[in-house]
Amino acid sequence: MDINEIIKEENLVYRKSAVLNDKVFNFCPGCGHGVVQKLIAEVVEEMNIESEVIGVGSVGCSVLVYEFMELDVVSAAHGRAAAVATGIKRVMPDKYVFSLQGDGDLAAIGTSESIHACNRGENITMIFINNGIYGMTGGQMAPTSLHGMKTATSPYGRNEAMGHPIRMSDVVAQLEGTYYVTRQAVHTPAMVRKAKKALRQAFENQKLNKGLSFVEFVTNCNSGWKLSPIKANQWLDQHMLPFYPLGDIKTEGVIVTKDK
Amino acid sequence: MTEEIIIAGFGGQGVLSMGKILAYSGIMQDMEVCWMPSYGPEMRGGTANVTVILSDERISSPILNEFDTAIILNQQSLDKFEHSVKPGGLLLFDNNGITRMPQRNDIQIYCVEAAAEASQLSMEKAFNMIVLGAYLKLKPIVELDNVIKGLEKSLPERHHHTIGTNRDAIVRGMEIVQQYQF
Amino acid sequence: MAELRLMKGNEAIAEAAIRAGADGYFGYPITPQSEVLEYFMAENATERTGMVVLQAESEVASIYMVYGAASTGKKIMTSSSSPGISLMQEGLSYLAGAELPCLVLNVVRGGPGLGDIQPSQGDYFQSVKGGGHGDYKLIVLAPSSVQEMSDFVPLAFDLAFKYRNPALILADGAIGQMMEKVDLFEPIPRKTEITEPWAVKGKQPGEPKRTITSLDLDPYGMEKHNEHLQAKYRAMEENDVRYEAIQCDDAEYIFVAYGVSARICQKAVQLAREKGIKAGLLRPITLFPFPKKQLAELADRVKGFLAVELSAGQMVEDVRLAVNGKVKVEHFGRMGGIVHSPFEVVAALESKIINV
Repeated sequence: MDINEIIKEENLVYRKSAVLNDKVFNFCPGCGHGVVQKLIAEVVEEMNIESEVIGVGSVGCSVLVYEFMELDVVSAAHGRAAAVATGIKRVMPDKYVFSLQGDGDLAAIGTSESIHACNRGENITMIFINNGIYGMTGGQMAPTSLHGMKTATSPYGRNEAMGHPIRMSDVVAQLEGTYYVTRQAVHTPAMVRKAKKALRQAFENQKLNKGLSFVEFVTNCNSGWKLSPIKANQWLDQHMLPFYPLGDIKTEGVIVTKDK
Repeated sequence: MTEEIIIAGFGGQGVLSMGKILAYSGIMQDMEVCWMPSYGPEMRGGTANVTVILSDERISSPILNEFDTAIILNQQSLDKFEHSVKPGGLLLFDNNGITRMPQRNDIQIYCVEAAAEASQLSMEKAFNMIVLGAYLKLKPIVELDNVIKGLEKSLPERHHHTIGTNRDAIVRGMEIVQQYQF
Repeated sequence: MAELRLMKGNEAIAEAAIRAGADGYFGYPITPQSEVLEYFMAENATERTGMVVLQAESEVASIYMVYGAASTGKKIMTSSSSPGISLMQEGLSYLAGAELPCLVLNVVRGGPGLGDIQPSQGDYFQSVKGGGHGDYKLIVLAPSSVQEMSDFVPLAFDLAFKYRNPALILADGAIGQMMEKVDLFEPIPRKTEITEPWAVKGKQPGEPKRTITSLDLDPYGMEKHNEHLQAKYRAMEENDVRYEAIQCDDAEYIFVAYGVSARICQKAVQLAREKGIKAGLLRPITLFPFPKKQLAELADRVKGFLAVELSAGQMVEDVRLAVNGKVKVEHFGRMGGIVHSPFEVVAALESKIINV
């Protein structure tokens, strides 16, 4: 069979979103960042809102988001994405505004901006990549690093003197300004499908003008964790997810109570 | 003509607002005006003072060492500003609470018992307008009608019903001001 | 409707922003400029023109809200006083790097550190030499009256958009807190359509996407970007120097002063001339670009310059560079929130320049 007989529209099962260009992602193989950016692109394309979206990039592994997405993007200084997104949304309330931030950006240097954007109920979508480590700068400790986790700046493991891992989604869910808070993962196909639904919800919420939608993605950082991609995913399941359990934390402005 | 004035007293005596009304009256009369307060923690109960300049010409420095007129409403301000009056200038003070009286003999010194008068007439809130009236009697640089217009401009509308009382207070101040006898 | 009002400098600048068609203000309270945000709120700026007014959680957040909002091509401003402006320096560097126009007001107070809340001009270096990291300049306007606090708002926005660069209005506690007569200009309606080709608005079909960033990991690209920025700053120096010369024509001695110091020097000129000293005042209105040529020309025909500023001597360095050793240039100033008097200024001219 000739290859051209296979490449036909009716045989198409997957197509790269047109919101992503042809540049090759600069992420390490197996990293979750690229999957999340792909999901953002797909959601934007499926909602047909490319011309109404303004993204806010941050400093960290997602710093080059504007290179890969065919969207208008403003890149923020380290930690300030929530303030930048606030500024854009306040003067352009009809646009869809999202921020894409890592754990250092959102939960360390930018905690103040993140908390207050959530507390004001800015009508934006905050997308939070939590891989428990600083990937871009070479694997230093993050505010979300687990107890005992070995990093470049906690080579013998994170101890109590270095503080405790912070569950940002649970923190922001307590604030009246957040409308939707969810924690997702993207290292299995089932999780990716679920995560995409959550992300879509977070973008749809901007139409309702009810407040801030916060989507956390717990991902691996195989380079920073110094594990192969597969081992990193296993470590994610065994260590990260028990501390950062997946699922909706707040929906329609109400904290989800889990029956035990 | 340029008139450089310092008004000084306790916070809450209406020092800043008296200056503001005077400045607004100047605008009503097509003059150049400048109102420069001491600001900061002093606003909250301590001493307060404001420099007001009215002039037919463009005003230069808002910060001055010496004044044509000092309007003094407490002892600290008398101690601080008595020597800042230009020779031949005017010192107007309320003797309420003053224990060390003015000393200079190269300036004109007038006294207005405004606090006592305001209390007697039960118009304590118009105390500063009695003082203003006394000043305007001595230096009629702005006309009373323009002061009333200045009041209308500087008071929020909800306080416009007090303008009559303020006018009475100004007139009363004009009546009771007296040259100080050593 | 143009109208006359008695206003504080801080109130005048807020009213001027409303009238200039500003689209957004983001700020955090700090003495001595808290009246700016208070005025926007009390005057219902949002109801009057639809502009956005938001009290941010910090000066850091304020400047990045400005950064985000300015990237949409709208007229955006913030205001603060010295310690808060220090916090904004990172953001100003990003704004300059990403070439975003905006307006920042600094009502300078005494420093360093928490300092005090009295008038100062100790932030001159920070304002005109960049302030944050990297090679960049702000357009710096120095009002010396409440009228100019109002007039410089539309001017600063115009210059900011002309050069795609942040503009700073450098005032001081005295100019912010004093009240003077202000002739308010006719309101300019807010722009309904953004025509700036670089502004983000969502990628339109058939148009390239827009990116607002100051990042370029390629050093050759970064150098090119820097050369472009420097060319802009040279164009500002060529085309947008502003100053006022008062009684300079026959002057033998020149005070150089801006802001409240210029007002004090105006009086000092008068006092000096009463004593028979032919003094004049050169008042830079733009501190960057600095009136270098004008000072150099004066240097050919006067006997000396006295830079008068509320600092240990900052602008005096730029005066010396411009005068280039032709005649004596000295500095006189008070610090920490003390304001020099016209008498002191004249005495300093005599002791530091004339009788040496």
